[in-house]
Amino acid sequence: MNFKNIVVFILIIALVGAASYCAISGVELGKIKIPSAREKIGLGLDLAGGVYVVLEAQSNETGTELDKKIEQSMAIIRQRVDSLGVAEPNIVKEGNNRIRVELAGLKDTQQAIDMIGKTAQLQFIDPEGNIIVTGKNVKNSEVVFQKGSTGVQEPVVSLEFDKEGAKSFAEATKRLSAKTADEDKVIFIVLDDKIISSPVVRATIDNGSAVIEGGFDVESASELAALIRAGALPVELKEVQTSIIGPTLGLEALDRSIYAGAIGLILIFLFMIIVYRIPGVIADIALSIYVLLVLGIMIALEVKLTLPGIAGLILSIGMAVDANVVIYERIKEELRAGKTLRTAVDSGFKRALSSVLDSNITTFIAGIVLYYFGTGSIKGFGVTLIIGIVASMITAVFITKFLLKLFIGTNITKNSKLYGA
Amino acid sequence: MNFIQKRNIFFALSALVIIFGISYGLITGLHYGLDFTGGTMLQIDFGKTVPVEDIRKITDKFDTKASIIHAGANKEEVIIKSIVDLDNQERNEIFTKFKEEYGLKDEALIQSQKIGPAIGNEIQRKALLSIVLATIGILIYTSFRFEVKFGIAAIIALIHDALVVFAVYAAFHIPLDSTFIAAILTIVGYSINDTIVIFDRIRENLKLMKKESYEDIANISIKQTLSRTINTTLTTLIAIVTLYILGVDAVKDFAFPLIVGMIAGTYSSVFIASPIWYLLKTKSKESIV
Repeated sequence: MNFKNIVVFILIIALVGAASYCAISGVELGKIKIPSAREKIGLGLDLAGGVYVVLEAQSNETGTELDKKIEQSMAIIRQRVDSLGVAEPNIVKEGNNRIRVELAGLKDTQQAIDMIGKTAQLQFIDPEGNIIVTGKNVKNSEVVFQKGSTGVQEPVVSLEFDKEGAKSFAEATKRLSAKTADEDKVIFIVLDDKIISSPVVRATIDNGSAVIEGGFDVESASELAALIRAGALPVELKEVQTSIIGPTLGLEALDRSIYAGAIGLILIFLFMIIVYRIPGVIADIALSIYVLLVLGIMIALEVKLTLPGIAGLILSIGMAVDANVVIYERIKEELRAGKTLRTAVDSGFKRALSSVLDSNITTFIAGIVLYYFGTGSIKGFGVTLIIGIVASMITAVFITKFLLKLFIGTNITKNSKLYGA
Repeated sequence: MNFIQKRNIFFALSALVIIFGISYGLITGLHYGLDFTGGTMLQIDFGKTVPVEDIRKITDKFDTKASIIHAGANKEEVIIKSIVDLDNQERNEIFTKFKEEYGLKDEALIQSQKIGPAIGNEIQRKALLSIVLATIGILIYTSFRFEVKFGIAAIIALIHDALVVFAVYAAFHIPLDSTFIAAILTIVGYSINDTIVIFDRIRENLKLMKKESYEDIANISIKQTLSRTINTTLTTLIAIVTLYILGVDAVKDFAFPLIVGMIAGTYSSVFIASPIWYLLKTKSKESIV
């Protein structure tokens, strides 16, 4: 017997055991706390509960023009969402003209949808009711400080228009400032039919940037600036797809799926030991490493776990064993052909490698297509499938080979029956 | 067993399942999921069983054709599906009415979905495109690694699997939706494994047994890899059947077609792919001579 190999082998088993325990229940050692995998992995909307809305830009524009508007709209939506206090909102562009907004763990979903999707028409209107500029002409608006009439620094709201806006604003201010009465010089800033500010024009403003002054404190000034900015959705957005999922549905699904996964895993463990004996045990160790690896990669890449994702994960466990089965069947054949244990293992791995590689790459192709063309939870399924394939290649080929050779090196038994022959 | 010689029996068996399933489905009507048709869905937990007629009293104002299904462990939940595209306000209105009528809390709304008709069409189109692309990708890869005849045989087997899954969906009236596409793609990706392991062996044996006929080589290769084919299918089936038995409804909907597809995939690897490769191989030889 080779004691060095035995020690290494036992160490590895202990390490895998400890890591598995950590992943399942988490560990607290004094000040160091390692959370369990379940706490660490982010949950997708279908599990955490929440809402997603897909908004479509109602515009005939294409190309960079459209891109720009979508980018702007996304920035505005982000602001609106931030005001809801949602942790980690996910706002992504989908296709050319759509925006997908995902908000996890939100209580008042109806209100959120209303607020996000609202075009919130911002208009600057003169006293005669003519629209001077609209929200799409406003490039920026923020709080700045300038010396007021009393000589103190006062907060004011700055406005910055785009080229087109600057031109119309110059014309209007020229026209209005020529009037005599103050009430004829007013520009009403209207957001969704509500007047949010009504500054009086003092002079012609032809450089495209203006300030609104008048008794603001910092808070009210920044509120107005935010309203003007957020009101400037450059294009009308229509709600084309919505999904609201209550928090209870997802949690039940998660718990039952974890339970199902655990039972499935145990059954596969037993199956492998019964059919393949010692290599079966090795495959089980490799499979444990595989599951840890996949969970680790998911945590590291911050992949959100979705319901189809869990299904993909459990499926990939089944498939991860596939490579082991291919290799072990080959080793069995080699043993039956009268080869010694060591040569049988070597040639078994070598000759099975091409089919393992080919079959995994083809599944990989399907995974890529799912990831690329799928949306939402289907994408999640694609991601777990891809991660699963990569991890299973590593564990089933390299780790199993290493462990199996290590075990044979211990010289505990040379009985080829225990190797499945 | 001679897999190649009895090929017509296997082909006929598959054709029977596919033709019967699909035509039964077509005659009785195919069901499409919400994400393919577009429409609205609400799932509400009433905390007690509410008769369909009572639900209709409220939903009829929006859509008289809406489908009402009881769900959940105690059938206390109700799923309302309509192909009418109701906006946020209208959905809110429906839920508020139920809330008032049955004294429900906000949490009673388990889920609510709306999919615009254009999106539905697009999802359908993308879904078909993704299946076609995955198939082409796999065909190119297999043709490159083996030879075109292996590639074609593998693809025919894959189309067979997809058709069987479709036939099962059609016959059992499972709604066709994105999950269906994900299931088909998974099957396509998985079933090719079995096929490739057998083809890999045929390729190897072609070099080793120069004197044997294609029929013998195909048969020997299938037999040599048979226990592996069965064992890998078993391990994956163990995982997915447990998921089906213990999982929630949404998972079950996904697990069931996977189980069917996996069995179809294994069947096609052994009984369809290799015989087709044999046919392609011998046909081309005749034409050369």
